[in-house]
Amino acid sequence: MPATIHELTAAYGRGDTTPSRVTEEFLARIAKLDDKIGAYLTVTADQARAAARASDERYRQGRPLGPLDGAPITLKDVFCTKGVRTTCGSKILESFVPPYDATVTERLAKAGCVMLGKSNMDEFAMGSSTEHSALKVTRNPWDLARVPGGSSGGPAAAVAAGLAAGGLGTDTGGSIRQPAAFCGVVGLKPTYGRVSRYGLVAFASSLDHPGPFGADVTDTALLLGAIAGHDPMDATSIDAPVPDYAGALERDVRGLRLGVPNEYFIDGMDPEVEAAVRAAIDVLKGLGATLERVSLPATPHALATYYVIAPAEASSNLARYDGVKYGLRVPGHDLIEMESRTRAAGFGAEVRRRIMLGTYVLSAGYYDAYYGQAQKVRSLVRRDFDAAFGRVDLIVAPTTPNVPFKHGEKADPIAMYLNDVFTIPADMAGVPAVSVPCGFTRGGLPIGLQLIGRALDEATVLRAARAYERATDWHTRRPNVG
Amino acid sequence: MISRDDVLRVARLARLALTDAEVETMREQLSAILSHIDALKAVDTAGVEPTSHAVPQFNVMREDEPRPCFPVEEMLANAPDRAGDFFRVPRIIEE
Repeated sequence: MPATIHELTAAYGRGDTTPSRVTEEFLARIAKLDDKIGAYLTVTADQARAAARASDERYRQGRPLGPLDGAPITLKDVFCTKGVRTTCGSKILESFVPPYDATVTERLAKAGCVMLGKSNMDEFAMGSSTEHSALKVTRNPWDLARVPGGSSGGPAAAVAAGLAAGGLGTDTGGSIRQPAAFCGVVGLKPTYGRVSRYGLVAFASSLDHPGPFGADVTDTALLLGAIAGHDPMDATSIDAPVPDYAGALERDVRGLRLGVPNEYFIDGMDPEVEAAVRAAIDVLKGLGATLERVSLPATPHALATYYVIAPAEASSNLARYDGVKYGLRVPGHDLIEMESRTRAAGFGAEVRRRIMLGTYVLSAGYYDAYYGQAQKVRSLVRRDFDAAFGRVDLIVAPTTPNVPFKHGEKADPIAMYLNDVFTIPADMAGVPAVSVPCGFTRGGLPIGLQLIGRALDEATVLRAARAYERATDWHTRRPNVG
Repeated sequence: MISRDDVLRVARLARLALTDAEVETMREQLSAILSHIDALKAVDTAGVEPTSHAVPQFNVMREDEPRPCFPVEEMLANAPDRAGDFFRVPRIIEE
């Protein structure tokens, strides 16, 4: 079975296979292998078959909707899907059935994508391992004893294991790029506002970025092209034209200026990660890019800043889960008791911790010292990127300081948070960033290279990623999952 | 370092029922996280404007025209409890 969406849809166009046949193969693989991987929370087989049949018909008439028509994909269970339960990995939403589609859900359907199902995640997207899902354990397809990363571990593992040809996730502190790196696939966090958040279950609204996972850069570019663009339903959506991302991929990187930030090569990082990333940077140099050292001095403060801003926004966003309009309700003798019992029973430990932290930093007497100060430090992080992008076109760095860890290994919350130290800054600045596979450890675990670009310059990020991919074969390796 | 009372006060604001054991765990974990976050207080931000969004925000307006809205039945379909066309909640006002 071809591994990528662009190969599949080319094969449909030639009449070599059909969306229905391929959808059946994916559904059969899910039935056979997902007990082992645990990528899916809900498989939508009937809807997938109906969508595939409609796609078959369009190809038969020679009128496919475009390069994604008939592509079997999965959505992280954070995106609303009309009539299909959307859990956000939480007990509080375990039986929630949205009455409408997220904008991205609708746009992928209009592009002809076949949704195979909804995939697992850390509860409310809070985590870096998918271990905080209240509903399921997801395993890393490269080593089942290890985590797939998070919070979008479900879609990343599904693409890596061949249980979907592509997917969508969300990235608030690294939740697309880190699992992409851990699972050996491509994951892109677009510019803030480039992709609509309408119909996305909110975590931290100023930091939430929906974005694609692909088996390679071309698929990632195709998916981004389908979901990007202005949406009047999201007031933070950017009204700017969407370039042809996939069309501009094959240009070379000669003369492109790459910045290597000192702050992303730190004591304590895995030496195999550092070696692979430095080797990847040399590959890009060999392709004609120029290298320059840059400094992003606010980087060491980014993690603490994030753990004020994200929980603060989360504590406000998650106030809506009160046992009244939807979701779980645990009875109580008055409204406050009902709400307090519902939320205690419905939220897992990490979500409760972040709600408490966010409520604390926003509470009277602490607001300026924590939230106000964090917003100022966030400005310093943005300024770093602005200054760097005055001199270079892209920043190249590791996606994570380490490789996939074992289930249960990071039980301490702060140890888990440290995983996102290289991904959080791009979320805070809202600039686009991709993770592409750039090697494996001796033990066979994938490593990710991160390319960070200027706001709205996804095209350059993807072009450099594609140039690297063309020169290497890491992206063609697939885990042996049976 | 935060106290048990701080935890109980915040838990009430956040509408989270905690057991005694959970209060203590929460106190320890929040204290540990806050001690990392406290490093921010030493960062010099004199004269720095806060960032609330990475992309500058402006008020977004649309024409004030009626639009179709969701049917009542669809909006109530996920409600844990209802009475007619309303969400039902425990009594708030004593008789």
